[in-house]
Amino acid sequence: MVSSPLNSAGHLGRGAPSQTRKQTLHSRSAIAKRWLTTLSKHAVLIFFGVFFVLPLVWMLTTALKTDPEVLRYPPTLLPATPIWQNFPDAFNFVPFGTYVRNSLWVSFTSVVGTLLSCTLAAYGFSRLEWKGRDVLFILVLSTLMLPYQVTMVPLYVLFNSFGWVNTFNPLIIPHFFGNAFFIFLLRQFFLGIPKDLSDAAVMDGCSDLRVLWSVILPLARPALMVVTLFQFLSSWNEFLTPLIYLNDKELFTISLGLATMRSAYGLSRFSLIMAATSLFVVPVIILFFFAQKTFIQGITFTGMKG
Amino acid sequence: MQAVNQPLKFHSRRSKEIKKTLKGLAFISPWLIGFVAFGVLPILASFYFSLTTYSVLQAPRWTGLDNYVQLLTDDQLFRVSLGNTLYYTFFSNLIGGIVALSLAMLLNMNVRFLSFYRTVFYVPVVVPTVASAIIWLWLFNPQYGIFNFILNAVGATPIPWLTSPQWSKPSLILMSLWSVGNAIVIFLAALQDIPKELMEAAELDGASAWQKVWRIQIPMISSVVFFNLVIGLIGSFQVFSQAYVMTSGGPADSTLFYALYLYQNAFEFFKMGYASAQAWILFVIILAVSLLVFKSSNRWVYYAGR
Repeated sequence: MVSSPLNSAGHLGRGAPSQTRKQTLHSRSAIAKRWLTTLSKHAVLIFFGVFFVLPLVWMLTTALKTDPEVLRYPPTLLPATPIWQNFPDAFNFVPFGTYVRNSLWVSFTSVVGTLLSCTLAAYGFSRLEWKGRDVLFILVLSTLMLPYQVTMVPLYVLFNSFGWVNTFNPLIIPHFFGNAFFIFLLRQFFLGIPKDLSDAAVMDGCSDLRVLWSVILPLARPALMVVTLFQFLSSWNEFLTPLIYLNDKELFTISLGLATMRSAYGLSRFSLIMAATSLFVVPVIILFFFAQKTFIQGITFTGMKG
Repeated sequence: MQAVNQPLKFHSRRSKEIKKTLKGLAFISPWLIGFVAFGVLPILASFYFSLTTYSVLQAPRWTGLDNYVQLLTDDQLFRVSLGNTLYYTFFSNLIGGIVALSLAMLLNMNVRFLSFYRTVFYVPVVVPTVASAIIWLWLFNPQYGIFNFILNAVGATPIPWLTSPQWSKPSLILMSLWSVGNAIVIFLAALQDIPKELMEAAELDGASAWQKVWRIQIPMISSVVFFNLVIGLIGSFQVFSQAYVMTSGGPADSTLFYALYLYQNAFEFFKMGYASAQAWILFVIILAVSLLVFKSSNRWVYYAGR
């Protein structure tokens, strides 16, 4: 569309000189117009880009300031001298090491539980044919609509009766019993794997578990990556469940630890609070950069196959 | 011979069928057990609790519909929390949807550095909620926060943000825009999925850019928008962590959201029966809103291939 004046100018090259000049002028304004649209596009994108990046930049620069500098007005964008010591200090200021260990343990075991239970269930819902399968699958999907508040109180009563309050069990054990969202995701993926492949394995006398393990799972690696990543992040970020069940500071996850730290210290030690927050956020962002492709795949898959 | 064979064959087919079903059930058993233990039974229990007065320490005492009656007719805070939640849900989804859709369309216009922008817009999504709550608390700080510094610098009046009942909800809605990246990525993928021929045909027919947006792009991705709208609505009805960490529901209950008030009743005042009744009302509201959106979807959602 934009290049058409240029083309026509080329065609009319033999015409009267005045006309050629006019054409050149015209194409020049077209180029200017294109530049302007490109520029305005990027201006809008950069404006929003700043809005998206600024909070994280502000977190990091605050984390590197001294406490008086944090409360200086007008604020300095970059710290006068970066106080790298804030990071080790944040580690000692709160039992950050303990929180990280707890969060890692909870996230890791939740991922294991989710992978085990959801791959089995997804296999049953996709690669096996049996009566009642599709009715039960609708039940799986229907649980996605249920707000967690409905089961929150009875689950607390139940886990309390097991003596699980103030242990990691309520944060971990339920993940060994499947998750509707991930079962759905894996099932859709398993359905896309050609039947011939598993039929051949069955012909060779493989059991279903064997087929799942050596035929389906290797092919479903992208989907398994998505589940691993999403479950890990969701456990790493989880706030409400630890808040309900954990009382001992020794057992706090990072989310819970940071939230209590913030209510205990408020503004007075903001550089350290920001340093601790950075230590919480930066690993997740690094993980995101490494696994960006998996993220984008997972989001588009789950967002569009509904 | 055949007469003898017939029932046998029938029998063996049936037993094969049963065997298949048992195998299917075995594979989904982790989910099935979880569904009963952490889904069905808690749901029933929750409904029962909602008809009682229950503090966990003492056995539930039957009170019939008292909780519901009190919530709907006599609980000022309940009404406030419901109003706050509806306000937040409406505006965060509306503005978030418009911003996400516009940015996705902008990114879809052959811009350079597409993946760079997409990454920038997505990064905040992986930031844990508690971390972003702490970061934004700092940005919103009336004296030392960067937002008011910027407002001052451009000569605008500073805003009291989270410290004023008028501004607290808009502040949280502004913050919710920070994690709109998920929707951007999904909408962008959907836009890229639109067949190129469709856009080219429209161009040949002389459609303006505006017409292409409204007549082709939006109808073609309306099913994706719809799906994400439902997910977004369900999510924002349950907004909790931000309010818990940043404002504890204040000032003057202006950020007392439904899930926060429910949590307080259950785990701060130990009114488990009352909280269960709240959860059921929430469930009904979510169902009703989802149904409403579903019903309206016939009018504005276009499914290619239907």
